[in-house]
Amino acid sequence: MEPSGLPPLLFESSRPGRASSVIAPCESGETPIESLIPAEFLADALPPLPEIDELSVVRHYVRLSQLNFAIDKNFYPLGSCTMKYNPKRNERIASLPGFAQVHPQQDAETIQGLLQILFELQNDLAEIAGLHAVSLQPAAGAHGELTALLVAAAHFRSLGQNRQNVLVPDSAHGTNPSSAHIAGFETVTVKSGPDGLVDLEDLKAKLDENTAVFMITNPNTAGLFDRQIGEISKMLRAKGALMYLDGANMNAILGVVRPGDMGADLMHYNPHKTFSGPHGGGGPGAGPIAVRDHLAKFLPAPIVIRRADGTYALDDDRPDSIGRVRATFGNVGVLVRAWAYIRSQGPDGLRHVSEMAVLNANYILAKLKDVYPVPMGDRCMHEFVASARAMSRETGVRAMDIAKRLLDYGYHAPTVYFPLIIAEALMIEPTETESKQTLDGFIDAMRAIAAEPAELVHSAPLTTPVDRPDEVRAAKHPVLRWQST
Amino acid sequence: MAYTPHTPEDIAEMLAAIGAGTVEELFDVVPEDLRLKRPLAVPAAMSELDLTSHAAALSAMDQSAASEPCFLGGGFYDHFIPAVVDQLAGRGEFYTAYTPYQAEASQGTLQAIFEFQTLLAQLTGMEVANASLYEAATAVVEACFLAMTHTGRLGRIVTSDALHPEYRQTLSTYLKNLDPELVVVPSVQERTRPEDLAAALTDDTAAVVIQHPNFFGSLEDLGALIAAAHARGALAIVCVDAVSLGLLKSPGACGADIVVGEGQPLGNIMNFGGPSLGLFACRSEFVRKMPGRLVGETLDRKGRRCFTLTLQTREQHIRRDKATSNICTNQGLMALRAAIHLATLGPKGFRAVAETSARQARKAADRLAGVPGVEAILSGPFFREFVVRFGKGRSAAEVAAKCRKLGVLAGIPLSRFYPDRPADLLVAVTEKRTDGEIEKLVQAVQAALV
Repeated sequence: MEPSGLPPLLFESSRPGRASSVIAPCESGETPIESLIPAEFLADALPPLPEIDELSVVRHYVRLSQLNFAIDKNFYPLGSCTMKYNPKRNERIASLPGFAQVHPQQDAETIQGLLQILFELQNDLAEIAGLHAVSLQPAAGAHGELTALLVAAAHFRSLGQNRQNVLVPDSAHGTNPSSAHIAGFETVTVKSGPDGLVDLEDLKAKLDENTAVFMITNPNTAGLFDRQIGEISKMLRAKGALMYLDGANMNAILGVVRPGDMGADLMHYNPHKTFSGPHGGGGPGAGPIAVRDHLAKFLPAPIVIRRADGTYALDDDRPDSIGRVRATFGNVGVLVRAWAYIRSQGPDGLRHVSEMAVLNANYILAKLKDVYPVPMGDRCMHEFVASARAMSRETGVRAMDIAKRLLDYGYHAPTVYFPLIIAEALMIEPTETESKQTLDGFIDAMRAIAAEPAELVHSAPLTTPVDRPDEVRAAKHPVLRWQST
Repeated sequence: MAYTPHTPEDIAEMLAAIGAGTVEELFDVVPEDLRLKRPLAVPAAMSELDLTSHAAALSAMDQSAASEPCFLGGGFYDHFIPAVVDQLAGRGEFYTAYTPYQAEASQGTLQAIFEFQTLLAQLTGMEVANASLYEAATAVVEACFLAMTHTGRLGRIVTSDALHPEYRQTLSTYLKNLDPELVVVPSVQERTRPEDLAAALTDDTAAVVIQHPNFFGSLEDLGALIAAAHARGALAIVCVDAVSLGLLKSPGACGADIVVGEGQPLGNIMNFGGPSLGLFACRSEFVRKMPGRLVGETLDRKGRRCFTLTLQTREQHIRRDKATSNICTNQGLMALRAAIHLATLGPKGFRAVAETSARQARKAADRLAGVPGVEAILSGPFFREFVVRFGKGRSAAEVAAKCRKLGVLAGIPLSRFYPDRPADLLVAVTEKRTDGEIEKLVQAVQAALV
């Protein structure tokens, strides 16, 4: 068997008796800890942690880091995830002590600089949304969805209406139905037509006085702008239902068209997508929401306000608020980066972001569609979905195989098998920060893979530290931690 | 334009390949009447130099733990962070990586999370831990959801008023549209009495939530409280101060079913409260009902050890509205920092952090108890956080405000959460607080009370 490319686990490198020099150990002459805390509460041994010297810790994590793909190393044409460049200047700004070293229970008077940033971000997000009020509290996109749905529930409760249904298109992210369920609603799925857009007939059939919210992603997960949005909005208003816009794809429409102007009443942002926050290997994100004016009173507390004297305060006195959805103000580090990004772009820059994101996606589409058919048409917004269906029928090479083979070429895989409405989906989103050379390199790789022998593509990846994992084994006999033998 | 690389020639070539005349044409599908006809009303773009100077000026307006001794706690604490943590977690290969769905391209993140899961399971004395949740309050909520699913009981969730008020507020927000009622038992002398908890339990109670050390800093009689929950068939959820795990008996050893908590004190920056690190560990029988991501060890096609996200059939992208939770992320970078922090400190270093925090806290409490105008130290026994009660007519909020002007972040006035406790200040102490800083606190309080 070939050796694995992975270093031993921390626990396997541990040797009993190693000391740490980070914190001085308590002197033996001091009062025994038992005289401070009764013995019944104390552990009878040292905490069970590995014992590793500092240099070995450093080498361990440097080695691990080198096993990763990352934006700083690789192009991620990863649909629906908006893996753009994470500007270094934002990192330095977010780490300034007046933002980073601030405790969540400090008084507003002590953090006027930070509150100014958060206040400006609230305003900017409201303006970009074309909506009126913003909560920065939710910790992630799905948390923003849930928060907005709780706001919707409070709205209908205030009207004395007990609406139970949330309508969700079949092309939606899985978080939409899941968030609706947690908010106490029933989910009703609305079909997409053959063109990938909402099937208006099906929507009409399912929309009634029991509908609280229709959740739409526009542009949708197939990278298409649903031009029926104005009509959908009218249909919803006629029944008194609210429109929720999943903001995952905001990178396509900044300064071009605003959710509020499309008729949305509530939306969330993914600042780690649209506003360049680093993904951190799976978090942290943030999920600020924006709402129309009549829903503002239901937003979670606190909200940053500006007093008449120009100082900033945290408004906790919100009697109609749904309440908190988490402890503390929010994922402030992520929000400060979003603020820095918006400030770096300005109005023209933001619009240019979307223009270049859409240009890049259309360029790749144009260069690949003869080899990888795009079922939903020749034009797209910031992303498109190609299908490997024909290829898989002819050669047995599936979307997953192509994804894995791309890793050998140094490109992260596209999103595969999503959205569910397209067979053998390869969802490609280049973002605006990639150069034409990078896009051309990726296009060449995709075309080369299409011409490679099926056996080669099946055997991919060949150059990564490990081969494809046995997922069935992992799920059938879960090993979720190291155990001493 | 900040981060868009194309030259005009690039754009022309690309448009030609697409068969479009202009970039504007690519947006033809957006109905004319919906479009924004003016520039966005956001401030004009700033260069890196100008923005950096502007941000530095805003930062300089703020008081912070970098400039004055911080005795604020309540889940977030000003602990020392070894340089190793910042250096390693700051590597672009970690922080600019995506969620490790493509396992072959993400073994670094996956192994680091697997190690984090192991570290947390070991420290809490539980069988399994997940890859982390948003933060502590939502971790409490997710634990309650698990208990509801597991027990099939939808009547009550029981806790005490010694659970962090923001966690209780969050739980009640989530439960508003669902069946269970949140029942809050009053604490007595800063502790939750097992008999009071038992009296609030019913046969349809899904879970009890116990914070230990609790919000007031007091150590709870964990064994008795857990036994009370189990006696009525409810699950016992224990919310911990992560640093206390370096010194105190683990919740697992006391019989906890689920352990949650805020992981910020493990190598993470306070950041005005986020990004934070929700800790979640439990008994292995709940594993298929757990919220959040899980990393598992498996073999690759060549039979070699590797790691992958697993048990994803619990998750929303597969199960949609039937998922165990709507959570679609973890706090990957924060979990990584916690793991590096713990690996760097090791058992002796982590014990020293906990023990020094406890010793310095005791010093601070003893010194404050001797200040004229201080009526009593209410918490006890405590780990590293305690309530100071000032004499009648003294407002803790005013004392804290005066201390702030003297350059000390003295504590959290309890009136912020408990309107009937105007005279009480919650003071937290970490290993970073020197004898000199404790003296500064004492003098500031003394001056404020004069």
